[in-house]
Amino acid sequence: MVDVDSSDLSRDTLFGVEEMEINFGPQHPATHGVLRLKLKVDGERIVDCYPVIGYLHRGTEKLFELHPFFQNVPHTDRLDYVAAATNNLAYVGAVEKLLGIVVPPRASYIRTLLSELQRISSHLLWLATHAIDIGAMTPFFYTFREREIILDLFEEYCGARLTLNCMRPGGQPYDLPVGWVERCAEFVGGFPEKIDEYEGLLTENRIWKKRTVGIGILSPEMALDYAVTGPMLRGSGIGLDVRKAMPYEMYDQMDFDVPVFYNCDTYDRYLVRMEEMRQSTRIVQQCLEKLPEGPLMAKRPRVLKAPKEGDVYHAVEAPKGEIGFYIVGNGTPNPHRCRVRPPSFYNIQVLPEMVVGGLIADLIAVIGTTDVVLGEVDR
Amino acid sequence: MVEFFGETLYVYAVVPFIKIIAAIVVVLTIIAYTTFAERKILGFLQVRMGPNRVGPWGLLQPIADVAKLLGKEDVIPNRAVKWAYVLAPCLVVGPALLILSVIPFGPPSSKGVASSWFITDVNVGLLLVVAIASIGVYGLLLGGWASNNKFSMMGGLRAAAQMISYEVPQGFSLVVPLLMAGTLSLVGIVEAQLTQGRWFIFGFFPFGLLAFFIYFVAGVAESNRNPFDLPEAESELVAGFHTEYSGMRFALFFLGEYANMIVISAVAVTLFLGGWLRPFPSVEWLSFLDLAFLPAGLAGLLWFLIKLLAFLFVYIWFRGTFPRYRFDQLMDLGWKWLIPASVLAVVATSLWKVVLL
Repeated sequence: MVDVDSSDLSRDTLFGVEEMEINFGPQHPATHGVLRLKLKVDGERIVDCYPVIGYLHRGTEKLFELHPFFQNVPHTDRLDYVAAATNNLAYVGAVEKLLGIVVPPRASYIRTLLSELQRISSHLLWLATHAIDIGAMTPFFYTFREREIILDLFEEYCGARLTLNCMRPGGQPYDLPVGWVERCAEFVGGFPEKIDEYEGLLTENRIWKKRTVGIGILSPEMALDYAVTGPMLRGSGIGLDVRKAMPYEMYDQMDFDVPVFYNCDTYDRYLVRMEEMRQSTRIVQQCLEKLPEGPLMAKRPRVLKAPKEGDVYHAVEAPKGEIGFYIVGNGTPNPHRCRVRPPSFYNIQVLPEMVVGGLIADLIAVIGTTDVVLGEVDR
Repeated sequence: MVEFFGETLYVYAVVPFIKIIAAIVVVLTIIAYTTFAERKILGFLQVRMGPNRVGPWGLLQPIADVAKLLGKEDVIPNRAVKWAYVLAPCLVVGPALLILSVIPFGPPSSKGVASSWFITDVNVGLLLVVAIASIGVYGLLLGGWASNNKFSMMGGLRAAAQMISYEVPQGFSLVVPLLMAGTLSLVGIVEAQLTQGRWFIFGFFPFGLLAFFIYFVAGVAESNRNPFDLPEAESELVAGFHTEYSGMRFALFFLGEYANMIVISAVAVTLFLGGWLRPFPSVEWLSFLDLAFLPAGLAGLLWFLIKLLAFLFVYIWFRGTFPRYRFDQLMDLGWKWLIPASVLAVVATSLWKVVLL
């Protein structure tokens, strides 16, 4: 284990040491999109790290103000573009809270189902990229094999694979297609074995452990200071999960555990996400069993108008952490202001704290473990 | 006189020349198809198809790859050091191919060197191998430095550090078969395995095995293959020392990597796995494995190739299985584990030889 004490940097050297500045990204293969890091390195050791964001800024929050509530759902797809369903859910949840609409149970079950499938697919993508960053090539293809099935299920449900646009304020736009429930049950029935397969390649692999155990320490205090949420927080020993803390949709009816690990390192965050996939499988199974009959759409006016006064914040547990929408109404069909609280934006801020003093190879592991999607960081 | 001169010319110039051409052509073909096999085997390991578009079963893929690389623009960055930038890929490929000159692919012939299955038999063959193999790193270092790119330079530095760490245990582990055989000639080493009746991997158990293991691990590190592919770690250093290279110059680096794999496997086969010998060369009832019905030496060549391909398969298997070591962990492994272990193997083998035999 390398000693990553940063006070080591002031060691006496026989020759003068020059620090090198490296521009890491936005077109680097391991920065997951367009993250740019300004690095100062002493050899391979990172002395300073400064994340630069904004390369994917599209003015989403302003766009929300220009469109009526209905038409804003597709914008949310493009925030965290690998987890569109949970973004949709957070937004429509906020709108429903603002307008006081109660969603019928069948729609609510379908939403829960979709967002858990989305969590699995997002975690599969995370595992694929995290493993390939650390140099293990094969898990990438294994996870994409299963992710493909989930995307097929999404496609069958709403016609899209990535930018789903699968929820509406007031309920669900479509019912589940014929045979969908059976196909989904077949998939989640066999999925835990596939997780064992991934874990067989990585969990007890000596090199994998060497690369992740004790790397990118994020202490619980620091995690709270930086408002880190999601698996990052639960890997640091704080079991906060919006699904349990502020249950929405049907989560209070579901029986599932929130995995918490206490070593605060990359390996524990890996374990958290692997266990979350198993728990999501359980939730999907329960949803499929309990799925009630009934209407999909609540009774609501044709044009949704926000009250003159009033604001609302609604958060859901996205695969990457808490995603929340803060909406202010002004009596028109458009929101007056819509502010997004994306989990990746907070998770990426803590990156310098986790990497300074480590090596460049650790930086790669830590970027992988934060699981950032720049779409929601820049909005 | 004329006859004598003709004979000399024949033995020392014409035959070696033909053999060199043949060896290079064959090895380059093997390299091309190793890349193909790598992609197919990785495809098999990773539940996908691998190349299957060019030719039947994708068999013409390597040719298409080379054609593509030849057609690419050859970019030399503006502020690169031109002579070093051009020289570097040659320094990687050249030494690797040079080592082939002393590898015995098959048994010597009673009719002299000219009709044997190797280019030449040098009496310090092993030293030659070690000496030439260590030149290869200059190519990586020079390429990384001359590109005038920070990522390239770090790749080059990693390559240098890695080579230095792994040259030492590799050298030590080569001493073990040397002690067992009592000769530096590669042909002599294989013949010693025949007379002693066992491959050296099983000799002085378990020290032969230990030496073999160290040699192979160090060999994987020397050829910069997964899990030790740090100098070109894609996710960390973009492409390491060859970030700036394009077209055929990049292809030369690529070629060098595979040539190194083949050379390291060939040396391992020669020293530890009995070269051209069949398995268990001393067991009588296995003598049908000598394949005596084949023309002289061909059976030996066949065994050599089988062992070589098995090694290449293991290399590819590694790539499908392991994550990448971190830079300092790699050095740790080299200095703290492999070097002491290899010293142990050498000391134990010599003591055994002196005291017990």
